[in-house]
This record gives sequence, C-alpha cells and structure tokens, in this order.
Amino acid sequence: MSKKTLFDKVWDAHVVSTIENGPQILYIDKHLIHEVTSPQAFNELEDRGISVFRPDQIVATADHNTPTLNQDQPIRDTLSRQQLEQLSINCKKNNITLYELGHKYNGIVHVMAPELGVTQPGMTMVCGDSHTSTHGAFGTIAFGIGTSQVAQVFASQCLLLTKPKSLRVSVNGKLKNGVLPKDVILYIISKLGTNSGTGYFCEYAGNVFEEMSMEGRMTVCNMSIEMGARGGMIAPDETTFEYVKGRKFAPEGEHFEKKVAYWKTLPTDEGASFDMEYSFDAEDIEPMITYGTNPGMGIKISETIPVDENPSFKKSLAYMNFEAGESLINKPINFVFIGSCTNSRIEDFRVAAKYIKGKKKANNVTAWLVPGSKQVEAQIIEEGLKTVFEDAGFELRQPGCSACLAMNDDKIPQGEYCVSTSNRNFEGRQGQGSRTILASPLVAAATAVEGKIIDISKQLN
Amino acid sequence: MEKFTTLQSRTIPLSVENVDTDQIIPARFLKATDRKGFGDNVFRDWRYHKDGTVNTDFVLNDSKYSGSILVAGDNFGCGSSREHAAWAITDFGFKVVVSSFFADIFKGNALNNGLLPVQVSKEFLSDLLQQIESNPQTELTVNLIDQTISVNDSDLSEDFEIDAYKKTCLINGYDDIDYLLSKKAEIEAFEQQSV
Ligand code: SF4
Repeated sequence: MSKKTLFDKVWDAHVVSTIENGPQILYIDKHLIHEVTSPQAFNELEDRGISVFRPDQIVATADHNTPTLNQDQPIRDTLSRQQLEQLSINCKKNNITLYELGHKYNGIVHVMAPELGVTQPGMTMVCGDSHTSTHGAFGTIAFGIGTSQVAQVFASQCLLLTKPKSLRVSVNGKLKNGVLPKDVILYIISKLGTNSGTGYFCEYAGNVFEEMSMEGRMTVCNMSIEMGARGGMIAPDETTFEYVKGRKFAPEGEHFEKKVAYWKTLPTDEGASFDMEYSFDAEDIEPMITYGTNPGMGIKISETIPVDENPSFKKSLAYMNFEAGESLINKPINFVFIGSCTNSRIEDFRVAAKYIKGKKKANNVTAWLVPGSKQVEAQIIEEGLKTVFEDAGFELRQPGCSACLAMNDDKIPQGEYCVSTSNRNFEGRQGQGSRTILASPLVAAATAVEGKIIDISKQLN
Repeated sequence: MEKFTTLQSRTIPLSVENVDTDQIIPARFLKATDRKGFGDNVFRDWRYHKDGTVNTDFVLNDSKYSGSILVAGDNFGCGSSREHAAWAITDFGFKVVVSSFFADIFKGNALNNGLLPVQVSKEFLSDLLQQIESNPQTELTVNLIDQTISVNDSDLSEDFEIDAYKKTCLINGYDDIDYLLSKKAEIEAFEQQSV
C-alpha cells in the first residue's frame, strides 16, 4: 500500500469524483459562515431559485462587523446593522443555526467553532474567510473560500478543487523561555516568505508542535495563509482527543471511541513523501516582531531591520516610517491590541495576565483586550483575569474581530503604531494610515506595560 | 458569467509587489450585501488621500493610462479571501489581471467572476512594465483559446497556463454551481456510503 500523508488521507476520503483532466469534487463536512462573505451567496441561490442543500452542516456567527462595546444595544452603524440583520434573516429562512451577537456561544468563527466541538479531526471544513486554516490544528482540512464558493457549498455541500501539493514544515528541539506559538509561526514565515506556500497545503511536524496545546496549534495553523498556503494541519493526537471530548457537538460515548480509533489512523505514514520540506531548530527561535507591511517582514526583537533595495520593500518601510538597519527596541508605542482569531483564546489571556499581574499599563498606551468568544470572555472573568487586567488599567472588551480588521469602530488612528496579536500588518489593516506590528500576546502585554517595545527575552532571563 | 475568448486593450501598470486584498478593497467598504458598486472603492486608499482629494500620483488617476487590463507586480491578491476584491476589480472595468504570481484564493475568485488572471514569467512582466511605461499607448492581446499574451506591434509574447476545466468554463460562460448541481445524485450517493 502506498504511503500517505495526513492531508492525503483526509482529502482522499472526501473525493466524490474526479473530472477527467480537471478538478475533483470534494465533499465538505462543515461550513462556517459569517455576516460579511455570505449575503451575496444567499442572493446567488435565491436568483437561481435553489435552496440550501444541507443546512444542518452549516454553523453561523456574527463577528467581523460587530461592536465590542454595548453589545446589548442596537448597533449604531446602519450598514453594519443591516449586514447582521441580513444574516439573521438568511439563517432563519434557510434553517441554519446562528449564534448571533450576544448569544453565549457567539464569537469569532475560528474561536467559537473549535470551542463547541464543531471542528473535529479528519473533517473537511470551509468558511468564507482565509483564516479558516486555523481548524487544521485538529488534523482537519480547513481552508478559506470566496463567496462564489460559499454559494457552491450552499447548493451542493461540495467544491470543485484541484488537489494542492504537499509541504511539511518541521520544528524540533526545545523552545526558549518566552517563545510562544506565535513566535514560531512568525519565525517560519519570516524565513520562508509570504508566497512560499502558494499552491501547497502545509503539515507542521516535530516535537515543538506535538508538545503544544490546542490553542497554540490553532495560532500556528491560523497563520498558514500568511505564507500563501491554503491551509496547515497538525496530526491529531491525545491532546486533540482530550480537547474535543465533552464539547457540545463532539461525538459521545461509544461513538466517540469509534471516532478516536479512526482519528488515530490519520497521521502521516512513516516514509510518505512531500513535494517540499523545510525544517528549523527550535533553539534558533526568539520572540518575534514585524517591521513591515506583510507578515513575512519579521525579525527577532533583538535584531535590526534588514537592508534591501527592492522598491516594494522600501515603500513598505516608508509606510511604517522605519529605517533599514534600525532596531525597534525602545520605539514608543501608543496602541496595543490583544485579540483576533490568532490570539484571543483563554491561554493567550492567561499569558498576558501572568505578565501584567501587579504591574500597571503605561500612561501613553491605549490597550484593547478583545476575547475571541463569549465563552472565552466568561472564562476570563471566572479565572479572575479580568480583575488583573482592570487593576493594571486595561480595558476588556466584548468578543469579535475588532481591531484585527477595523470594520467596526475599533480603529487605530492614522500614523499610530499598534503592537497587535493579530495576523496581518497590511497598510491600513487596522484603520486608514495605521501601522501594525505583529507580535505574541506576551510581547504585546510587555509593550503595553512599558509603553515601548522592549527585548522581552532580556527581561525574562 | 460572461464569456471570455480574446481581448485587445490598453493597460494600466501597477508595478507594486504583494498587492493585498486590503489594498484592493479596504475592509470598511465590505458592508454591502450585494455584489455591485465595489469598483468605486477599488484601491481606495491609494487613489484618494485621507481628506478625500484625488492622489494624482497613483496610476489609476493618471490619464496617460487606460484600458481593461491591469498589469501588476509579483504576488498579486494575497491576504483575505474577500471575493469583494475580484468584484471591485471587475466592477471598475478590468477583464484581465497580469502578474508573475497570484495568491490562490484570489485566483479562484477571479476565475469565478470571469476575470482572467494571466500568470507570466518575471522577465516578461518586467519587459512588459517597461514597455508600457515608455509607451502608455501599448496595446495587448490576450487570447484565452491559444493561451497567449502578446504586445501588439512587437515580438514580445508569452504563453500562459490555465486549468483546462476553468478554461472551458470561461469560454462558455459556465460556472461551478451549474456543474455541481448536475452531480447531485452522485453527491447523495457519496453521503450514503460515507456515513
Ligand atoms: S479576527 Fe481577523 S483574521 Fe480572524 S476572522 Fe476576524 S477579521 Fe479575519
């Protein structure tokens, strides 16, 4: 029998048929939707007079466009309000479960679905959102799709796709103190570049990922798209099974045991081959930070900005108002954002709270802590972290995408720097003219306390 | 979907690399619930200054250039999956985007909206951009049937790749939904067997 990768096994199990000289029809187990990329797909179906094929395989949430304050009150922005209303109407009409604003299960789609046990190993999952790659942490083939494809899945629960090539990124060794999953993925992207993964589906392997919590694995897989890969996966193991067990939509009892037995067959066979492989030493990784306008433009905090004559590189530095060769240590920072589907899970807030406890936020800093879901928010309160944050002068907001894409009112002002735990530092991503510096929740917390960028490893050691 | 076979047009050169979908259509313009009108805000923050005045330095505002072919730098369309990026580009009037590299999701979205992404070699792209900048009147012919892109009145020309299935769809104006709906029975049989 030929040796298969984790990706091959899951993919092959979902192929309905193959078009000669063309794509394959891939069956989709779970379809997640939100307010921004679904309305046009519902319209499309209506225009064609067709109904949603498998409504019970769809889960909807409102996240991109929701306010993070006063969620119990009507939304002031007319267009945002209409978009949410449209989602409610569409879900109702088509019998789709919606966890709307204020619901105890509401949250960022990539935080709430794993939390509810919707995400399970061996599945195929899609969402009209590029960070759907997050769910790959469970050994799931999960990827972002465009709205036309959302309509295709509505209509047929399938997509027409050409099987991507396979890529494996291994990281082995022992991570240094203060190096978080976010640093691992920022490091990988800084080494490989933003389009190294295009055309590939990535598997992360090695003891570093095996030892990570599910939260950490989700942070890593989340950013697969930032190196161009459609998705990233990590083989399911005991950590995965433990996480899934007992969640709302997880299989129960004997059914669960049967599933686990199947999930155990999924990891890549010894000797299976990949189209491309990279490997890194854990010891080489340090706390990371970005200095430019794409996630590949990252350095260790202890390093200086590289020198490069490429015009796009220079344009990017000019936007950031940084100089080639410069160090970012001691740069004053006025905004800090801890949130987004990359880093808004309970672990991220625990890390931040542990650092912040007993310290005070710097006066110049506006810091927004935005939980990924209502459940995370509840846990923050239950574990007493909210008190830690408030004592230190931080503002805990209500769940949503928030300043990650600044569609709502949470915008970073023109020209200001924001140290952010999100995933994209594109021009204007966090508000027109804003300048984003990507980092881990630990680096973000330290920046908020100091009011400037510091070399966190020095402080820890 | 509109059919596509060949196109002859002048071009607009955007020689910037890594153009991401947040530049193509900033998030604050994603609140509409239909597909129309996104062209007004394509490349919004490059076309206009923050105070709303026109940025005359930006190529889309340069009257020297016109046409329905956008020629862009490497790694075009990276970032979010928002199909609004493809809608904005087509709504503005483009039918073809040329680059040396396209991000996956953007490429798929473009094809699903009758916008043809033509991937060329880095050398060809750089010659092409030079040619357009030295002569803004430059016309291109994009022939989907033969899979060629050529500069009119010159010998600058290159073949490009496209998935055979997608090519057929574009030429005939079919889309994936039509095809998938015709396979319902097979899909249902698959569901039965995999439970
Ligand atoms: S948090 Fe940011 S990246 Fe994640 S789904 Fe929301 S907008 Fe997209």
